[in-house]
Amino acid sequence: MTQLALIVLIPFIGALLPSWALTAGRLWSAWVTGGVVVSALALLVAPAWAVMQGETLLWQLDWLPALGLSLGFRLDGLALLFALMILVIGLLVILYARWYLAERDPMGRFYAYLLLFMGSMLGLVMSENLIQLLMFWELTSISSFLLISYWRQREDARRGARMALAITGGGGLALLGGILLLGEIVGSYDLSTVLAAREIIHAHPLYLPALVLILLGIFTKSAQFPFHFWLPHAMAAPTPVSAYLHSATMVKAGVFLLARLFPALSGSEAWTWLVAPTGMATLLIGAYTALFKHDLKGLLAYSTISHLGLITLLFGIGSPLAAVAGLFHIMNHATFKASLFMAAGIIDHEAGTRDMRRLAGLWRFMPQTGLLAMIAAAAMAGVPLLNGFLSKEMFFEKTVYMATFEESTWLLPVLATIAGALAVAYSLRFIHDVFFNGTPTDLPRTPHEPVRWMRVPVEILVVICIAVGIFPSLTFGPLLAVAAGATLQAPLPAYSLKVWHGFTPALGMSMLALSGGALIYAIRRPLFRWHERTLGQLDARWLYEVWERALLQGSRVLDHLIHRRSLQDMLAVLIIAAAAMLLLGFWGMPLTGSATLTPLDPVSAAAAFCLAVGALGTVVLHRQRWTALVMLSVVGLIIALAFVKFSAPDLALTQLAVEMVTIILLLLALHFLPAETPRESSLARKLRDLLLALLGGGLTTVLTWAVLTRPYDSISDWLLRNSVPGGGGSNVVNVILVDFRGFDTLGEITVLAIAAIGIYMMLRDLRLEAPRADAQGRPWSSDAHPLILATFSRLLLPLALMVAVFILLRGHHLPGGGFIAGLIIAVALVMQYLANGVLWTQTRLSGELHPLIGLGLLLATATGLGSWYFGAPFLTSAHGHWSVPILGEIELASAMLFDIGVMLVVIGITLVILIRLGRIGLMQRRAPISNSDPKP
Amino acid sequence: MEALIALVIGLLAGCGIYLLLRARTFPVVLGITLLSYAVNLFLFVMGRLSIGVPAIIEPGRSAYADPLPQALVLTAIVIGFGMTAFVVVLALRARADLGNDHVDGREP
Repeated sequence: MTQLALIVLIPFIGALLPSWALTAGRLWSAWVTGGVVVSALALLVAPAWAVMQGETLLWQLDWLPALGLSLGFRLDGLALLFALMILVIGLLVILYARWYLAERDPMGRFYAYLLLFMGSMLGLVMSENLIQLLMFWELTSISSFLLISYWRQREDARRGARMALAITGGGGLALLGGILLLGEIVGSYDLSTVLAAREIIHAHPLYLPALVLILLGIFTKSAQFPFHFWLPHAMAAPTPVSAYLHSATMVKAGVFLLARLFPALSGSEAWTWLVAPTGMATLLIGAYTALFKHDLKGLLAYSTISHLGLITLLFGIGSPLAAVAGLFHIMNHATFKASLFMAAGIIDHEAGTRDMRRLAGLWRFMPQTGLLAMIAAAAMAGVPLLNGFLSKEMFFEKTVYMATFEESTWLLPVLATIAGALAVAYSLRFIHDVFFNGTPTDLPRTPHEPVRWMRVPVEILVVICIAVGIFPSLTFGPLLAVAAGATLQAPLPAYSLKVWHGFTPALGMSMLALSGGALIYAIRRPLFRWHERTLGQLDARWLYEVWERALLQGSRVLDHLIHRRSLQDMLAVLIIAAAAMLLLGFWGMPLTGSATLTPLDPVSAAAAFCLAVGALGTVVLHRQRWTALVMLSVVGLIIALAFVKFSAPDLALTQLAVEMVTIILLLLALHFLPAETPRESSLARKLRDLLLALLGGGLTTVLTWAVLTRPYDSISDWLLRNSVPGGGGSNVVNVILVDFRGFDTLGEITVLAIAAIGIYMMLRDLRLEAPRADAQGRPWSSDAHPLILATFSRLLLPLALMVAVFILLRGHHLPGGGFIAGLIIAVALVMQYLANGVLWTQTRLSGELHPLIGLGLLLATATGLGSWYFGAPFLTSAHGHWSVPILGEIELASAMLFDIGVMLVVIGITLVILIRLGRIGLMQRRAPISNSDPKP
Repeated sequence: MEALIALVIGLLAGCGIYLLLRARTFPVVLGITLLSYAVNLFLFVMGRLSIGVPAIIEPGRSAYADPLPQALVLTAIVIGFGMTAFVVVLALRARADLGNDHVDGREP
C-alpha cells in the first residue's frame, strides 16, 4: 500500500508546481493545482473501496524501530472520511479561489501554501505513528500560519496569523508531552497498539497528565473556550482560506484527534468532566457571540467555534451513539460551513463590504447567491430536510438521554436548546440582514451576481446539504458507518439515519429552538443595546495580549542581562562556562589512569617543539598578520606529521591538502584586510584573556592526559572484522566513510554544500578596496607571472590530476579516497590560477564551478537511493570483481560512486571559494596579476 | 609520549582561545584554526596512540589503530575548512559593508 504514502506526498510535491504554471497564465495555475488534488483523489479510489468493505490499510517503513520511530500511514474509515473532506473541499476551494483572488494577489504562492497545508492535513489524518502525527500536526500550524498571513502587507493578517501560530503551536507543545507520556504508558507509538490498550492506559497513574496535555493540544487547535479567540482573528485571511481552514480542515484537526483517540482515552470520569463542559461552554459562548458580530465572517467564525463546541460536547458525553452523532455533525458542518464562507466571500467580493450594518436588500441584486446562502444557513440553523437538522436532532437526543438515564439533571437539554435557539437567531440574521431588511444605502460598489464558476463550488455543497438532509442513509450513511466503526474500534451501536423519528423529545427541542431563535431575532434591537453595554466589553483576547506583552518584556530584560553586544565578552562567558562544566563534571576523579604509556622518542619531542614555536609564534606575532600566517602553517604541517606518526595516513593526506587550501584562502583574504592589527587591548583585557587561555589550555591538557592514561574498549573491532567481507575494502577508514557511516558522510558533504552556498551569496557583488601599497607604503608589484612557475605548473597539471584519480581509485583499499582526491584536484587547479593568472586560466577553464557541488550531492544521494531499487536500505553498498581487458581483474564497489560524489563536492566548494575571491581582486585591479602573492 | 601529546593539545587550545578573544577578525580566524587543530587532535587521540599499525587490513596482522576516530576527524578536517572559509568570507563581507574589521562591526 505504497499508495497511502503517495497520497500524502503528492500535495507536497505538487506545491512546487503552481508558481511554475503561473508563467503560462493564472488559469493554468489553478488547473495544475486542481490536477494535483485530482490525482491524489484518484489514488485514493482503490484504497477507499477496500476501506468501505471494512478493511484497515496499513503501510509502514521502519526508521528507528528501537525508539518506536517509523513512517507509517493508515487508512481506516475515520481517516478516509477526513481525507475525502480535505481533498474534495480543497478542490472546490481551489476552483473558488481562482475567481476570488485579485489580479495583484500572487496566485502561485497561494496555491503552493494551500497544497502544503493540504498535504500536512492528509498526513495528520492518515498517520499510523503518533510522533509522525504530531509532526504533521505542527506542519498544519505552520502552513496555516502562511495561509492566514497571505496578505502579508496587512497588519491584521500578520497579527491574526501570529496569534493562531502562538496558540496552536503552544497547544502542539502540550500535545507533544501528552503523546510522549501516552507512548511511555503503552510502550509503543503505533496507533494500532495504542487504540487496543485502553485498560493499560486507564489504569496507569500517568493517565490524567497525559489526558490533560493531549486535550490542551486538541482544545487549542479546535478553538475551544478559553482558547477560542484566535479563530476570529484568523478571519483576516482571504475567504477561500477561511472556507477551507474553518470548515473541513484546520480546526477539525482537533476534533479528529478527539475521535482518533476516543477508544483509548474516553470513558473515564476525567474525560467526561474535562471534555463535555468545555464543549458546552464553547457551544454557548460561540453561539451567543456570533449573534452580535456585525462582520459576516466574524459571525461565521463564532458559529464555527460554537459548532466545534457541539462536536466536542458529543465526544465528551462519551457514549458510542454520541460519538456517531459527533462524526455525522463533522461531515455536515464541513459542507454547510464551507458553502457559507464562500457565499460570504462572494458578497464581500461583489458588494465591497462584509459589514451587516451596511449590507441590506441584496436579494434584488444576487438572487441565486441569496438562495444558496439561505439553504446553507438553514442547514446551519437546523431546519428539517437539511443535513444540519439531522445531526442536531441526534445531538438533542443524546442530551435528553444523558439527562434521563445517566445524570439526574435537566441542565444539559436546556442549555442545548438555548444554544440551538441562538444558532437559529444568528442564521436568520445572516440571511435577513444581508439579503432583505430594506435597501442598501452606502455600498462601495453596486452588487451583482459573481462569475458563474465562482458559484459552482457553493452550488455543489448546497446540493450535498439537501441530498443528505433528505436521503441521509443513501448519501453519507455508508461512509459514516465505516468512520464510526474506525472511531469506536468496536461494533456499531444501533442508530438510524432518518428524517422522521416520530414525536420525540428531540423533535420538541428542535421546534423550541426554531421558534425561540425567531423570537430572539425579533427582539434583537434591545438585545444588541443591552449587549453593547455589558458583555460586549469583554474580550478573551486581552488575556492573550497581557501574556504576550509580559513574555516580550521578559525576553527583552533577559536579553539585556546576558547579551553584552560584544563578541569578545560573549566568548569569554562561553569559555568560562565550558571550563566550569568541565571542572564540575570531573571534580574528584583521579587524574592518572592505569594504562601503559608509550615511550617518548627524540624526533617526536623535536617536532612538538617546532609546533610549540609555531603556535606561540602565531600568538605573539599576530599583529604582523602575514608572519603569523607563516607560523600557523608550520603548526598545520606538524599536525600532518603527527597523523603519519600515529598510524593515520588518510588523515595526514587530508591535513596536508587542507592546509594548503586554507593558507591560500587566508592569504587571499589578507589581501583585502589590514596588514596589521592595531594595538587597542588594554593591559587588563590582555591579562584576562591570558588567564582564560591558561585556564582553557590547562584544562584541555588535564583532560587529554586523564583520557590517554586510561585503558579503553573500542567498538571498532566489528568495523575491522567486517571491512573486507562487508564493505569490500581494506582501508577501514574509507570504508567507514563511504559505507558503514555513509549517511553521516552524506550529511557532512551537505553541510559543506550549504556553507558553499552561503559563501557564494556573500561573495556576490562584494565590493572591496584592495590596497595599492603595503603598510610601509611600498607599492604592490605588478610583475607578470614568473615564467618558470607558469611553465612547470602547466606541465604538472595532468600529472596532478592523474595522481588524484589514482588516490581516488585506491582509496577503498589504501590511504586515499574522495575527500583527498577532491582536495588534490582543487589544489592543482588553484595552482594554475596562481601561476598563470585568473584571465589565462579562465579562457581555458570556462564555465561556473558551483554546479559541481550540486552534481556531487546528487551523485552521492543517487548512489544511496540506487540501493532501494535492489530492495536494500538506503546507502547499502555492493561490490564485486570484474575482469577488464588489459587492466585485468579489478574490484569495484558501489561505494566508489558515492566517493566520486564526495570528491565533486569538495572540488566544487574549494574552487568556488578560492576562485571567486581571486576574481574580486581582479575586478579591483583590472590587470591580470597573481592575486595571492602577498609579498610587496 | 602521552604527556607530550596532552601538553601539545593544551598549548594549541590555549593559543586558540587567546586569539579567539582578540578584537579584529583576522586573529580570530587564526584562533579558530588553532582551536580546530586542538579539537581534531583531541578527537584523534581518543583512539589512543598507536605507532606503525594503520587501519588497513592485511592478512596476518592483528593490531590496528582505531579507525573510527580517524574517520570522524577526516570529515572534521574538511568541514573545518568549510567553516574557516565561511568565517573568512563573512569577515570580508563585514569589512566591505561596515567599513572596519572589528568583530562587533564597529570601531571601539
